[in-house]
Amino acid sequence: MQVSFKVRRFDPEAGKPPYYDQYTLDVPDYFTVLDALLQVRDEVDGSLALRCSCRSAICGSCAMHINGHAHLACKSRIQNFASKTGEIVVEPMGNMPVIKDLVVEMKPFWSKVQAVTPWLIPEGPPPQREYVVPNSAMLELAGVMNCIMCGCCVSDCTVLTVDKSFLAPAALAKAYRFVADPRDGVSEERLRELSKRSGIWDCTRCFECVQQCPKNVAPMERILALRAKAMEVGFTNNIGSRHSESIARSVKHSGWLDELRVPIESAGLFNIKALIGYIPVGFRALVKGKVPPIIHRPRPGADSVKRIFEKLEVRK
Amino acid sequence: MLQHDVLIIGAGLAGMRAAYEAKKKNVDVAIISKVHPVRSHSAAAQGGINAALGENDSWENHSFDTVKGSDYLGDQDAVETLCREAPADIIELENMGVAFNRREDGKLAQRPFGGAGFARTCFVSDITGQVILHVMYEQLLKMGVQVYEEWFCLSLIVENGVCCGVVAMDMLTGKLEAIRSKAVIMATGGLGRVYHPTTNGLICTGDGMSLAYRAGSPLMDMEFVQFHPTTLKTSGVLITEGARGEGGYLVNAKGERFMGRYAPQRMELAARDVVSRGEQTEIDEGRGVDECILLDLRHLGKELIMQKLGQIRELALDYADIDALKEPIPVRPGMHYQMGGVKTDAQGKAPLPGLFAAGECACVSVHGANRLGGNSLLETVVFGRRAGAGAADYVNDVPATAVSESAVAEEEKRIKSLFAREDRGETAAKLRLEMGTTMKANVGIFRTRENLAKAVDKIKELKERYKGVHIQHKGRVFNTNLLAAIELGFMLDLAEVISTGALARQESRGAHSRMDFPQRDDNNWLKHTLAFCTADGPRLEYRPVTITRWQPERRTY
Ligand SMILES: Cc1cc2nc3c(=O)[nH]c(=O)nc-3n(C[C@H](O)[C@H](O)[C@H](O)COP(=O)(O)OP(=O)(O)OC[C@H]3O[C@@H](n4cnc5c(N)ncnc54)[C@H](O)[C@@H]3O)c2cc1C
Ligand code: SF4
Ligand code: SF4
Repeated sequence: MQVSFKVRRFDPEAGKPPYYDQYTLDVPDYFTVLDALLQVRDEVDGSLALRCSCRSAICGSCAMHINGHAHLACKSRIQNFASKTGEIVVEPMGNMPVIKDLVVEMKPFWSKVQAVTPWLIPEGPPPQREYVVPNSAMLELAGVMNCIMCGCCVSDCTVLTVDKSFLAPAALAKAYRFVADPRDGVSEERLRELSKRSGIWDCTRCFECVQQCPKNVAPMERILALRAKAMEVGFTNNIGSRHSESIARSVKHSGWLDELRVPIESAGLFNIKALIGYIPVGFRALVKGKVPPIIHRPRPGADSVKRIFEKLEVRK
Repeated sequence: MLQHDVLIIGAGLAGMRAAYEAKKKNVDVAIISKVHPVRSHSAAAQGGINAALGENDSWENHSFDTVKGSDYLGDQDAVETLCREAPADIIELENMGVAFNRREDGKLAQRPFGGAGFARTCFVSDITGQVILHVMYEQLLKMGVQVYEEWFCLSLIVENGVCCGVVAMDMLTGKLEAIRSKAVIMATGGLGRVYHPTTNGLICTGDGMSLAYRAGSPLMDMEFVQFHPTTLKTSGVLITEGARGEGGYLVNAKGERFMGRYAPQRMELAARDVVSRGEQTEIDEGRGVDECILLDLRHLGKELIMQKLGQIRELALDYADIDALKEPIPVRPGMHYQMGGVKTDAQGKAPLPGLFAAGECACVSVHGANRLGGNSLLETVVFGRRAGAGAADYVNDVPATAVSESAVAEEEKRIKSLFAREDRGETAAKLRLEMGTTMKANVGIFRTRENLAKAVDKIKELKERYKGVHIQHKGRVFNTNLLAAIELGFMLDLAEVISTGALARQESRGAHSRMDFPQRDDNNWLKHTLAFCTADGPRLEYRPVTITRWQPERRTY
């Protein structure tokens, strides 16, 4: 089939801003975007720079934006990406500075991975033999260890775009791998660290990382699991977990959200600075007639909601 | 000038395991790698890693299976070391955090693999290499080992007959640097890209073998190239032996489980050379399906496939449009592994003083004429560790050698002259494909004098034409165009050594099957091939095989 690749180019040695090149190729249907780009490099334009190593979705080198979202080029079949006019747009990943063409700077990515203390810290000396642990726990770990550190999730994370300090999905999924490991002895310390600013509570659950991950690691789900574990061991003294608890309390009590109470409880009753910060928001809501009712009354059926809560709490 | 006691080239499993050991011994160690460590090809290993851990198994059994698998060319003292030390090394990996699958009782699970008398392959579903590689990298981070990431090693520096450093390029800037070190450990992995197609990644270009060879260290047993029985047709992507280990069948166009003809007892789980020859015979005699045979997993059931072979299912879906739950996967034998490499002793020491090697680029030799599945990951860990310790001990006894800056200037000159060539239409990519298809067609599963001679001539021709290869892009930042040309130079050396060694060896042993010499010939050929680099190509010498307790016998499965 005939495909036209529109590729974003940047050469730091050329002293000019990024631009797009168009390469039209006749390639077999089974070709991946990587196969096609390598053909460009080999036969058309040797200056095109990209990273690649295994060509079978296991080394994590060739992540890039294909039609605006992060994918592994070696796992992306051209027939699934070509538009009706046969065009595919290829650009470097997002949230990372470009070095040349499709090659991005991954140092910040790795330093975040390093920030989660990414190695096993067992309690006491190792046993004589292997640790005796359930297979189910190891299969659960293998699911996260499927992560190939490609950066697709980080490239498209919506929080990272506005807050460079966010640890971001790949490092947090890696952190989960240790917290969930029955052999690790410091889960609690890990959870305490992760509950700080830029950690697990900063994710907005936008789902991008789940969607873009080529290895089904589902980083957001891991982040949510970390939150649940953090609350279980009592790391509730932070905005995120207070927010969750306040919502739960409100819904349990009245069957619906008390929008006046939740922000106050999340910030903390004595957090005067944050509370003052809410004043302009409240004022704008007032002007637009969007202030929630001052008296928060239970909804019909609130009793049933409460019973559901109580049942779940007992089961836990 | 940059300087370290021990410098390791390559951050795959062998390189990282060596670094871990050297660091433990408190020497100043650093790694250089042309890709980030976790992008190394060890990640692609799916099936598993061997160790005799079972109650009824023993390291002696493991050794015997390995010796028999090697068609008696493996050095038996080295094989014994490999198998004796395997259990402790696997347990150590587990203790570091590798999430090996477990049995009901929570202990390590093991699956059967080809050519093995016991189920002794430990595994993490079908992502074993990836998980071990990432865990090894975690350990490097923990210990603070310095890694020169995306640095490309261009040459070894040898002064007065001692290897004392390397010249390397920082790929992100294109700048050349000499790194001085008392010992260099070569851990650059395989050379799959000498063939086309191959199961190996794009970076497996045998650089370290060629670097050592050019520096005067001999390569051993290079004519033994493993063809894996189950690779996808167009891309060459591997389907792990674990698929047969878990009970998958190989069937021909008539629906027969044909392996009964070639290995009546072990069937699909005979050694790889035997299975690949069986498949190729079926295909050559017209019982294939579109130049393939079929790997049928359907009877294993959805749950087992999803839990233990999930990645395999994905690969077949992505690269062959086949859903292994519903249809058999068309596969054929494909180039997979180089049994030979830089000759070393059991401490990883090469004949060139100051040089060590470990992993797929080395030849100790434990695989002899044919490697067993699951023994290669094991080799990277056992001999990576030994090379790390060997180098650390060595550097304590030797003074640092002075290194002149001229080494960098020489490489700089070489690169400038590459850039200066005019465009005569010869690109590295074109030559690489000609080399790959020549090697597959003529130095493949079944070999003859005629074909091998043809390959030797063709490679000589390509080496001549290589001198005129043109480099289109002349920038310094991340110039993969330039690096691909340099890699091709490495590969042409190796293609020449492989085909020359294969032409010389007039017998059939393990993966080396000569149609014109169909028998194994222990009287004349129970010996290792050594290839030395000379101006007119490789000079071959031979060395005896070490036999400790297993005299060569007829090999059947
Ligand atoms: C698809 C596949 C599946 C496999 N499955 C199994 C299995 O199930 N069990 C098993 O036992 N074996 C398996 N093998 C074999 C095994 O994986 C390899 O032999 C082994 O991982 C090689 O490890 P290594 O450390 O020697 O090299 P690699 O992991 O290949 O690492 C080589 C390193 O050298 C670096 N390097 C290379 N050249 C240069 C240079 N010029 N400058 C700087 N750095 C350089 C690279 O960047 C890389 O870091 C498999 C192989 C393949 C291809
Ligand atoms: S779900 Fe959270 S971590 Fe994932 S991309 Fe969105 S904000 Fe980032
Ligand atoms: S979680 Fe998925 S997308 Fe993110 S780095 Fe790992 S494999 Fe890539």
